[in-house]
Amino acid sequence: MLDIKDLQVRAGTKDILRGINLKVGIGEVHAIMGPNGSGKSTLARAIAGHPEIEVVGGSITYTGKDLLEMAPEDRAREGVFMAFQYPVEIPGVNNAYFLKAAINAKRKHHGLPELDAMEFMALVREKANILHLDPTLLNRPVNEGFSGGEKKRNEIFQMAVLEPKLAVLDETDSGLDIDALKAVAEGVNAMRSPERAIIVVTHYQRLLNYIVPDFVHVLQDGRIVRSGGKELAVHLEEKGYGWLEAEPQLM
Amino acid sequence: MSTSTDTIEELATREYKYGFVTDVEAEELPKGLNEDIVRMISAKKKEPEWLLEWRLKAFRVWQKMKEPTWQNVKYEPIDYQDIIYYSAPKQKPSLKSLDEVDPEIRKTFDKLGIPIEEQKLFSGVAVDAVFDSVSVATTFKKQLAEVGIIFCSFSEAVHNHPDLVKKYLGSVVPHTDNFFAALNSAVFSDGSFAYIPKGVRCPMELSTYFRINAKGSGQFERTLIVAEEGAYVSYLEGCTAPMRDEHQLHAAVVELVALDNATIKYSTIQNWYPGDKDGKGGIYNFVTKRGACIGVNSKITWTQVETGSAITWKYPSCILQGDNSVGEFYSVATTNNMQQADTGTKMVHLGKNTRSTIVSKGISAGRGQNTYRGQVRIAKKAIGARNYSQCDSLLIGDKCGAHTFPYLEIGNATAKVEHEASTSKIGEDQIFYLRQRGLSAEDAVNLIVNGFCKEVFRELPMEFAVEAQKLLSVSLEGSVG
Repeated sequence: MLDIKDLQVRAGTKDILRGINLKVGIGEVHAIMGPNGSGKSTLARAIAGHPEIEVVGGSITYTGKDLLEMAPEDRAREGVFMAFQYPVEIPGVNNAYFLKAAINAKRKHHGLPELDAMEFMALVREKANILHLDPTLLNRPVNEGFSGGEKKRNEIFQMAVLEPKLAVLDETDSGLDIDALKAVAEGVNAMRSPERAIIVVTHYQRLLNYIVPDFVHVLQDGRIVRSGGKELAVHLEEKGYGWLEAEPQLM
Repeated sequence: MSTSTDTIEELATREYKYGFVTDVEAEELPKGLNEDIVRMISAKKKEPEWLLEWRLKAFRVWQKMKEPTWQNVKYEPIDYQDIIYYSAPKQKPSLKSLDEVDPEIRKTFDKLGIPIEEQKLFSGVAVDAVFDSVSVATTFKKQLAEVGIIFCSFSEAVHNHPDLVKKYLGSVVPHTDNFFAALNSAVFSDGSFAYIPKGVRCPMELSTYFRINAKGSGQFERTLIVAEEGAYVSYLEGCTAPMRDEHQLHAAVVELVALDNATIKYSTIQNWYPGDKDGKGGIYNFVTKRGACIGVNSKITWTQVETGSAITWKYPSCILQGDNSVGEFYSVATTNNMQQADTGTKMVHLGKNTRSTIVSKGISAGRGQNTYRGQVRIAKKAIGARNYSQCDSLLIGDKCGAHTFPYLEIGNATAKVEHEASTSKIGEDQIFYLRQRGLSAEDAVNLIVNGFCKEVFRELPMEFAVEAQKLLSVSLEGSVG
């Protein structure tokens, strides 16, 4: 579903990603781990199409299409979703109104009729129930005055409503206490499906106790230095990222 | 370095939909201004002697006045001798029915979405259509007359209701008020007049639509609205002009009078031609608008959405004279490309327990400069007066500017005055966030801007709120690539 080949990204004169190769199949959950500054978030933003990410080499193919040629909104409409590390506040814009605009932009793109207010509210209530989300959140301006935990849950909620094919969670665990973390993980687990791929970007293994990945990749200095199963994450937690430098690469 | 400012810079292209010119034969007075021109205008309109005298008084005052320079806008000096002060489409002296309106002019208003045929009118809005210097049609006059409402062109009011005009003309904005008001008083050519008798709630929206068409002309109209005891009226004003390379002057005066328990809601959607992206052409909009809450418990609400004009100079104000009277000002002002706006309000509290609310939203894009200027004055006798002001500025891109000048004058210790202000910027991060959810960059900006303006839009009559949202999105078109 997602095929990243030799992806290179530069910021100014600095190389952030120096040849990333990664294949993600449908139904799979991949974790991207790595120390600060290793390029994890850059990779997530490159997939989503952040305008400040300058791709200087390589390719990203998504469901057979050249993702790098697509505008961010077209990627989104084709099913790429990114849960932001720092969800952005949009003052005065009602959360439900925004979500309705988003879902209808996607439906229009796929030639489907737009949802009317009734259909939309039914969908949103159902998703809010699954995620145990406080429904009053819907009537508040997008992320404005939300606590850190509420913002992250709102991201997962948007994901649930938009039902992406590929979800990229960018450090969704940062700044969450354990209860909020569990709630978010529960939401993500509810979204696991053979129809969907999920990439979890995280610094800590902690989140992966709750969202158990099929594959773990370790990113360092802009390269994937190791890939493995879920046990790789446990290993890292015990020995720290320094362990990777001490041991020669096995694969 | 980053592409973010570049994409925001792409905002510079915008289309002005109303820039066409109507080919219609016009009757014009020669360029320039002197007593003879004032006399000619008055004669053209077959005005009574007292009105000519009033004009001449204003003209003499104006000659001694200096153009104000305190406003935060820059423009080439206006040559007042290079303006045509009267231009009217040639038509039959008096129209028996709306069908007699020149088809070209009718087409113009159709194109603007302002049908002047009653059967086509949208949701019961009565329209007075002003084309250059004269009113060409007023709809629903008959229906309104049945409940005693007078709604007609200013010229007609001068002939048919001289006592009312004489009583209220200049009562809120005297001919000596300021440079532009004095100029208007001397040369005003037409405008709208509305009178709502005692206890009558106007059954439909009243509306005036102003269109500048002729080249080299200015538009100087006057609007006067009087709401008698317990009356209610909601009034809407819209305006457009052709795209021309020259600047054109629009100097209007609006006077509102609310007696005991009367309410006037005055909404403006100002969409004069703003000039091109380099600042060539565009309307200079120097307008004096003021309402007097003379009666107890009276209320005047100004709502304005300002998207057009090269320069906007405008401070719709309220004199809160009656006890418990209420003044409100809700404003959205947009400046894109080279546009400049210096706008705000004055709330003058004279009566006891008078209240005022000011909500101002300034949006700057391109190289636009947006200034809020507001005065709240609470007189010594205005015991228990209250004001709440909120001024928010939104910046799109990094070459525009937002400025806020609040003036507070508090004359007694029982007054409560609150002022809040904020400045924010549409961030590339906000736009990316919304695009990541599937919205186009353009829709993303519209969503953010509409969220920002929500408190003002909800004050507009329903149909016009939708209009205003659309207009705003056109006005900011291309602001983010």
